[in-house]
Amino acid sequence: MPDDISARVDRLELPFDARGVDDYGVSKWHLGVVFRALAFLYRNYFHVKCTGLEHIPARGRAMLVGNHSGGIALDAAMVIASCFLELDPPRLAQGMAEKFINRFPFASTWTARCGQLTGLPQHAQRLLESDRLLMVFPEGARGTAKLWKERNSLVEFGTGFLRLALRTKAPIVPFAFLGGGDAIPTVTNLYKLGRMIGVPYLPVTPWLLPLPRPVPLSIHYGEPIRFEGTGSEDDDATQRQVDEVKARIAALIERGGQ
Amino acid sequence: MKVLIPGIAGLLARKVAVRLLAMGHEVIGIDPRGWPGVPAGIELHALDIRKRAAEDVFRRRRPDAVIHMATISALLADAEERYRINLGGTRAVFEHCATYGVRQMVFVGRHTYYGAGPDAPLYHSESEPPQELGSYPELADLVAADLYAANALWRLPALETVVLRVCYTLGPSAHGTLAGFLRGRFVPMVLGFDPLFQFMHEDDAAAAIVTALSAGLHGIYNVAGPQPLPLSVIAEEAGRRVLPLPEILLAAVLGRAGLPRLSRGALAHIKYPIVVDASLFRRDTGFAHRFDELTTVHTFSDAFPAGGRSSPVPMPG
Repeated sequence: MPDDISARVDRLELPFDARGVDDYGVSKWHLGVVFRALAFLYRNYFHVKCTGLEHIPARGRAMLVGNHSGGIALDAAMVIASCFLELDPPRLAQGMAEKFINRFPFASTWTARCGQLTGLPQHAQRLLESDRLLMVFPEGARGTAKLWKERNSLVEFGTGFLRLALRTKAPIVPFAFLGGGDAIPTVTNLYKLGRMIGVPYLPVTPWLLPLPRPVPLSIHYGEPIRFEGTGSEDDDATQRQVDEVKARIAALIERGGQ
Repeated sequence: MKVLIPGIAGLLARKVAVRLLAMGHEVIGIDPRGWPGVPAGIELHALDIRKRAAEDVFRRRRPDAVIHMATISALLADAEERYRINLGGTRAVFEHCATYGVRQMVFVGRHTYYGAGPDAPLYHSESEPPQELGSYPELADLVAADLYAANALWRLPALETVVLRVCYTLGPSAHGTLAGFLRGRFVPMVLGFDPLFQFMHEDDAAAAIVTALSAGLHGIYNVAGPQPLPLSVIAEEAGRRVLPLPEILLAAVLGRAGLPRLSRGALAHIKYPIVVDASLFRRDTGFAHRFDELTTVHTFSDAFPAGGRSSPVPMPG
């Protein structure tokens, strides 16, 4: 008997073949397994609240751009879950996985089968040109390394996402993710130990391991932003546009935190 | 058109030759392996392309076009022999083309040119350089042959050259790198990895090569058919069982107990995908594959079910 997750996977508007695999290797079977787990976390563990979902286009290319919150990829997982569980028809948000993930057995396969490709500019551009929904965290690994006291701040944004949005003429949908820093309150990061096992750092919480507490999380999507340009503008012009996106996300964080 | 095919005894080359013959072209082949039962109308010279006698064929027969298919994969010969065939042979073919006024050249290379690795993009475009060559030195001679062929694009302006980077082929002949890997009852995999494999039906590959010739292409083109599939899905569709083993253990047992032989460097090719973007080729030629990915696997497994003992066509060697 198909459950709501299976039904939603079936309604994803992706070009799956007869075996349920699309041209990027995204697999319906793997999505079903992962979304069952994510749905439990989203609905029953974190009780995620979502606003502004109407700003995400139902079809066509778009770039979800938001802040990192929490020492591990909890934010990305919940944003992906929100697009799958709340949108109608459901959409698969595809993020750019950290490069180290592809070197690890199982993690390599599961990220790929769920459409989370390695973070390469070529992947991001191709996904947008295929009219997919791309999820970007311009803070990068600096953002996930934020400590608890910095949880609602924004660190420096890269500019690559903005140039990509201009090149592909993709709208930017800003979002704020709140609560990740309370779920996984990082007190320090172990960089040397992390590098020894092939990851950028290991976040340490008061209970040592980065296991999330069941605190309420929220995601707030804002109105899409469209910039005019080719993506080859000088740094100053691009930086001004990046700052505008950053300010919109900061405002969403502030509004969401009230 | 008078078309000369070095390496004509290979399975794919035979299909190309038969198609060209049916289209009314005059077909000449050079291959030391010979071709028992070669169709009437194909002129076969059982020669090594690097020998003087092969040059005599160019001088006497003056072909209009050459389809160079005399390269071998890393699995079939030792390093020295591969270098001689892949680079030495390719150089000889291009020199003869320049000397004897050949107008058109189709170099049939492989998509493995791009290499496989954790940081490689999923879809390779023609402008990308090869990657991860250091971890898989067995590919160096094929990469060098590809680059040598590509430099004819500017070095030999009178020779209309196209370099094709063709994905794996699969089909009822059970021939080729991927078929060799799938031939046994068990398909070895690196535990925790399940890369996409891109392949096309051998008839579609032959059609694409003939299309490249007919279209008079100039440049470098990736050639592929339907969408790629994870290796585990291919194995399952082919009626094989996957055998996931930790990488260290797998490296130790490959080539034994009926498992296919793979060099250590080639392990990256069963951990990470090599997938090419072939949209340029489709755009410039109008090529469309006839066989989808599942039908392609089934034509292979129907002709060569799991547990089969021998290929219907002998492996070249």
